[in-house]
Amino acid sequence: MAFDFYLSTMWSVLKALPLTLEIWFFGIAFGLVIATGLTWLRASGSKLGEYFTRAYVFIFRGSPLLVQLYLIYFGLSQFDFVRHSPILWPILRDPMYCTIVAMALNTAAYESEIFRGALRAVPVGQIEAAKAFGMSAFTRFRLVTLPIALRLALPAYSTEIILMTKATALASVVTIMEMMGTAQKIQHDTFRPIEVLTCAGVIYLLLNLSIARLFAWVEYRLSPHLRPPPEQSQQIRPVPEVL
Amino acid sequence: MEFLNDFKDQVSTAYELLAAGWGVQLLWGIAWTLAVTVVSMLIGAMLGSLVAAAKLSHRGGLRFIGESYTTVFRGEPELLIIYLFYYGGTQVLTGVARSTGSIGSTDILNMPSFLGGVLAVGIISGAYQAEVFRGSFLAIHRGELEAARAYGMSAWLRFRLVIVPQVLRLAVPGLGNVWQLTIKDSALISVTGVAELMLTANKAARSTHHSLLFYTVAGILYLVMTSVSTPIFEKAERYTSRSFTRPK
Repeated sequence: MAFDFYLSTMWSVLKALPLTLEIWFFGIAFGLVIATGLTWLRASGSKLGEYFTRAYVFIFRGSPLLVQLYLIYFGLSQFDFVRHSPILWPILRDPMYCTIVAMALNTAAYESEIFRGALRAVPVGQIEAAKAFGMSAFTRFRLVTLPIALRLALPAYSTEIILMTKATALASVVTIMEMMGTAQKIQHDTFRPIEVLTCAGVIYLLLNLSIARLFAWVEYRLSPHLRPPPEQSQQIRPVPEVL
Repeated sequence: MEFLNDFKDQVSTAYELLAAGWGVQLLWGIAWTLAVTVVSMLIGAMLGSLVAAAKLSHRGGLRFIGESYTTVFRGEPELLIIYLFYYGGTQVLTGVARSTGSIGSTDILNMPSFLGGVLAVGIISGAYQAEVFRGSFLAIHRGELEAARAYGMSAWLRFRLVIVPQVLRLAVPGLGNVWQLTIKDSALISVTGVAELMLTANKAARSTHHSLLFYTVAGILYLVMTSVSTPIFEKAERYTSRSFTRPK
């Protein structure tokens, strides 16, 4: 009986997984686009760009995502031009789109800081070497700066992606029936919150653990030059005298 | 010109609404948000130091418990944990009260919303604080611990005189981050009915139909809270590391 209940709850919550993943994916995808723009603006060296990105990061990192979501979903519809706009209104009246917009704007602030840090952490020597080889600015960026910066950004980026998975649960407060919303409904119907939330919790945890594993694997694959060679890693070799 | 007049109207409505009592309500909301954050941080500090100790322990079992704690409470959506403590707490309390006969078989004993919320946010905060404490402990110079041992200090004395002061000093920047995180998490416990800033803004927005105004004000107030705490933590960092700054 109890087992049946767990099984059916698990199944109902799992059926909402595609919706959770949809919010997650589009939030991250649009967030990445905005973050790239912000990073570019910040790195471009213009004072105005720097002020804008600083203000953007300050606002979106300093306030809770829930406030941002409510502001976009309930707040913006007060403007007449939003309600009469043929482009904005279809987006901003739909809770699903609003969640995606809020998540994308929010994660872009965190990600742009991650990318900025990664760009700054690219060793100067590598860039100087590229310059010495006579590479153009674009080639240098494409072949040296970008690959190194991406690899440096990866650990922090994976943390941000996991925070985004957790953030999708907020969609339930604006009536979206993703995993959290579904769990909420079952919980209200059955009044067995501990069992229901445990089921949902297991799914969220498995989801996040697999994302973390995936990123760990990508990181491992992208840094073969940092691994000790397999056959020599067992023994400690003497330090050559020439040093 | 019309735009300016419109803006003036907006400002005067905002002023009227805030002066009509919502302003005071929002200030109370800030007080509750700060209360929730402070109590959660304290719960988190207690749990966090225990979990950090478990994660650093030589015993596999304790390490496993510590690892599971930080993985679970950093990997689950905050909202889920809050629901679990609030509704789950209600389920447990009701079950216990019904079986002891202190309430009727159809009555419900609700989890106090402040308690449920603070426990949930505190436990989440504890998972992040555990990582901060663990990192700080690992950053203590090994030689200091060895020296303390060589002096014949007991484990308790080493803990009190060598480990705690240094962990506290090294943990200040990390704790600053957790504090910001906890302020933001506290907004989520509005779902349990604690009249903190978010719920107050929500109520105001729904009853006056000025959602843009109240959510903007709430957002600004959160920004004020998070940005005011930054220099405070910076000052604390300078103060605790004053004997470690390089001589000029």
